[in-house]
Amino acid sequence: MNYKVTIGLETHVQLKTRSKIFCGCANQYADPPNTNVCPVCLGYPGALPALNEEAIRLTVMTGLMIDSQIPAYSKFDRKSYFYPDMPKNYQISQYDKPLCVGGYVDVVVDGQKKRVDITRIHLEEDVGKSTHHENSSVVDFNRAGTPLMEIVTEPCMESEDEAFAYLQALKQILMYGGVSHCNLEEGNIRCDVNCSVRPEGQQELGTKTELKNMNTFKGVHRALKAEIKRQISVLEKGGAIQQETRRWDDIAGVTIAMRSKEYAHDYRYFPEPDLMPVLLSAEQIEQWKTGLPERPAARRERIQNEYGIPEYDAGVLVADKLIADYYEEAARLSKNPKAVSNWIMTEVLRVLSENEWEIDAIKVTPRALAELVELLDAKTINSNSAKDVFSVLVNEGGNPRDIVKAKGLTQVSDTGAIEQFVDQALAENPRSIADYKAGKSVALQHLVGQVMRFSRGKANPQMAAEMLRQKLD
Amino acid sequence: MAKYTESTEHIDVSYVAHLARLKLTPEETVLYQSQLEQILDYVKELQELDVREVPPMAHPRPVNNVFRADEGAPSLPHERVMDNAPAQRDDQFLVPKIVE
Repeated sequence: MNYKVTIGLETHVQLKTRSKIFCGCANQYADPPNTNVCPVCLGYPGALPALNEEAIRLTVMTGLMIDSQIPAYSKFDRKSYFYPDMPKNYQISQYDKPLCVGGYVDVVVDGQKKRVDITRIHLEEDVGKSTHHENSSVVDFNRAGTPLMEIVTEPCMESEDEAFAYLQALKQILMYGGVSHCNLEEGNIRCDVNCSVRPEGQQELGTKTELKNMNTFKGVHRALKAEIKRQISVLEKGGAIQQETRRWDDIAGVTIAMRSKEYAHDYRYFPEPDLMPVLLSAEQIEQWKTGLPERPAARRERIQNEYGIPEYDAGVLVADKLIADYYEEAARLSKNPKAVSNWIMTEVLRVLSENEWEIDAIKVTPRALAELVELLDAKTINSNSAKDVFSVLVNEGGNPRDIVKAKGLTQVSDTGAIEQFVDQALAENPRSIADYKAGKSVALQHLVGQVMRFSRGKANPQMAAEMLRQKLD
Repeated sequence: MAKYTESTEHIDVSYVAHLARLKLTPEETVLYQSQLEQILDYVKELQELDVREVPPMAHPRPVNNVFRADEGAPSLPHERVMDNAPAQRDDQFLVPKIVE
């Protein structure tokens, strides 16, 4: 029997603010434990929260990036539960009046465009971080009270690939909006994954399970694949899916049921009496809207048309906002935007990945890259020399023309000079001449290589090959 | 008594006590049952009012948008923070093992 899969995601995103959401403690990762804490984020009796306006702005900006409605009225609520990482015994969150309602994220899965509908985005405080030992747990409250945005999708995704594509597209949007550092290693993005299956033809959704606190996109993909398989096999055997919270064991590659009793919650939400409602005027929202960056999907399309590069190139370049900025700066200075794109996709990205750099760390300026392409197109240098110039640019910076001059890399296209190298190559390689005459075309490549060697890389290789052929045929 | 508390008209004291992590003796449960219901009955008087025309509000005071600029303020010294920890390990609060 065929089964249909339904997936919904709740994605928690840590916002890029300087201070926490309700107090002035630093919103900073990796500081010594329990140093960025105060009576407010430790939940001392009588301490009062004071709402950080930047957290509101960043959440609304995110909503605007995905075409959410921004209600004029929004408020905070208390969500009650007991857990050692939540010292007040309630979390300040938003229940029925979130900051953003609706919206969508467009993704491409297997070449097909799909729209992932967003239910809402609400703002809340993050909890402390617990670490579990054999017989005890320890809690660090540095993270408690850092601003956390929860982005909830409709149950509308139909495969693990779609969920993965959604997370990547969402991360791109968050990066473009500058709302989060989006560092997965530091737990900036964490997901709860809801998933159910049902036999094809059945209208109502199957019973869902929830996978909590996934912190890598690959993990979400792997966990979903395993969970979908598990649910189908339970149904195939005539069993029933239990509505429960499950945990992903990445090493064993299986999902494991958590003791459901611990998670039978009654949160008793009620309006947070210590915080006043948030009213956003149309003018305020309009003002934020004008400050929105171009969205990744729109930029991909524009770059493709404006510079006449393939869809694939545009996708690679747009994936990182800073790389897309770099590309556009270089492409505007160049007559050959496709060549610029090739250089970035091969050489530049290779250097970045080898050195674990961001694009702003590289010494090759967009102008230098455009100039390098120009020198190559004008046949002033050949492609080998271009690579040499590029590595000088990587290590020392500077401008390509000066490097070409200083290193004497100008391509030799002078017939007389090349003929000298060609004759030398022929004189020293009788074997290759014989091979060539016997029909082995590889021999010609070898001879061209010799010419390049004698010319110390400066000969125009096309001219060399042509001249060799004339002399041999 | 069990039947009584299961009714939706009445407050389920043992459930509420569980949510608040309170251990009540059977005597206390009975006592609080009647006391809490008296309180509820009192609050129920509000239901006599016709509020169909009054919009719901989250706060009795007509004040909105009380914000703080995103600026840092000093945190507590670490030693003072840990003074309040019943037990500690690795500069963190030591708590009973949280089961998953």
